[in-house]
Amino acid sequence: MSINGDWYLILAAALFAIGAVGLLVRRNVLVMFMCIELMLNAANLTFVTFSRMLGDIGGQAVVFFVLVVAAAEVVIGLGIVVTIFRRRVSTTADDLHVLKG
Amino acid sequence: MTAAIVLAAVQTSRATIPDVITFAVAAAVILVGALGVVTSANPVHSALSLVLTLFGVAVLFIEQDAQFLAVVQVIVYAGAIVVLFLFVIMYLGVDRRENIEAEPLRGQRPLAFVLVAIALVGILAMLAAAHWVTGAHAVAGSTTAGGKSNVYLLGKAVFTTYLFAFEATAALLVVAIVGAVMLARRPTNELEDEELESAAGDDESGSGADAGGLPRHGDSDGVDDVPSDAAANAPAHGEARS
Repeated sequence: MSINGDWYLILAAALFAIGAVGLLVRRNVLVMFMCIELMLNAANLTFVTFSRMLGDIGGQAVVFFVLVVAAAEVVIGLGIVVTIFRRRVSTTADDLHVLKG
Repeated sequence: MTAAIVLAAVQTSRATIPDVITFAVAAAVILVGALGVVTSANPVHSALSLVLTLFGVAVLFIEQDAQFLAVVQVIVYAGAIVVLFLFVIMYLGVDRRENIEAEPLRGQRPLAFVLVAIALVGILAMLAAAHWVTGAHAVAGSTTAGGKSNVYLLGKAVFTTYLFAFEATAALLVVAIVGAVMLARRPTNELEDEELESAAGDDESGSGADAGGLPRHGDSDGVDDVPSDAAANAPAHGEARS
């Protein structure tokens, strides 16, 4: 018997907050992607915790799909980063100001 | 303080001491890794800290009887996604320290901290006020139905209840592959321009240092290679750069 699920939820909330701060504060696009992964992991941890608390396997199935979406997102995101880097020579989000109209 | 938290965790649940210790260690690993991702000046260190966090989450998955997801977490996240991150970091040659003290937008960081703090307090307040987790257990698809293994139950759920979503992820992956190929390949006319240019440069200088193409952005700061790239791309995208 694992410990009370509330502790898992608090930990997941803290992990999500750290990822959100990183996403808002950091300027390197690659690190921003990693922070998105942190937030996705916090959501996964919440899903698995609720899956155990409610005795429903559906939460784990959702985590399975989140993993697939995260993999696809990283592939496309890094492809965009490589494409931008060919033109701008840095991976800072500020360099994308050329996209404005 | 940590001991007090562990004691409180033992008293408020039916857990044993090893469970609590596992959770405490994994939680510490997760939080240290997450802070490492955010605060590392070097992107490579961020990626390695991300591995730490992912392993900690995998440990907590095992702790909560989600063995299949723990294995997938390690294989897909730590084995594929982080490797992809590291590959792109090395390929682009951005594996050096950056100045994380610089704040180009004044007041953005305090604002970010305040907003996230508000969101965190909101989540914790919702957690403290809600009672849904003590509701009735699910009738179908239990995590421990009939003593079946986690892999059996999860596979049955994915291939029956969530079959349409599963097929949709297959389509999503195909779209992602096609999109990655489209993003990564250069238009053929740019390639020909670049080949012509590099051939001309080799004839003039005779050094041929850039002909291999591999050490382009590696040890130098990479700036001196860029004008040739920009010049090669300029005819096609000149107005976009101005």
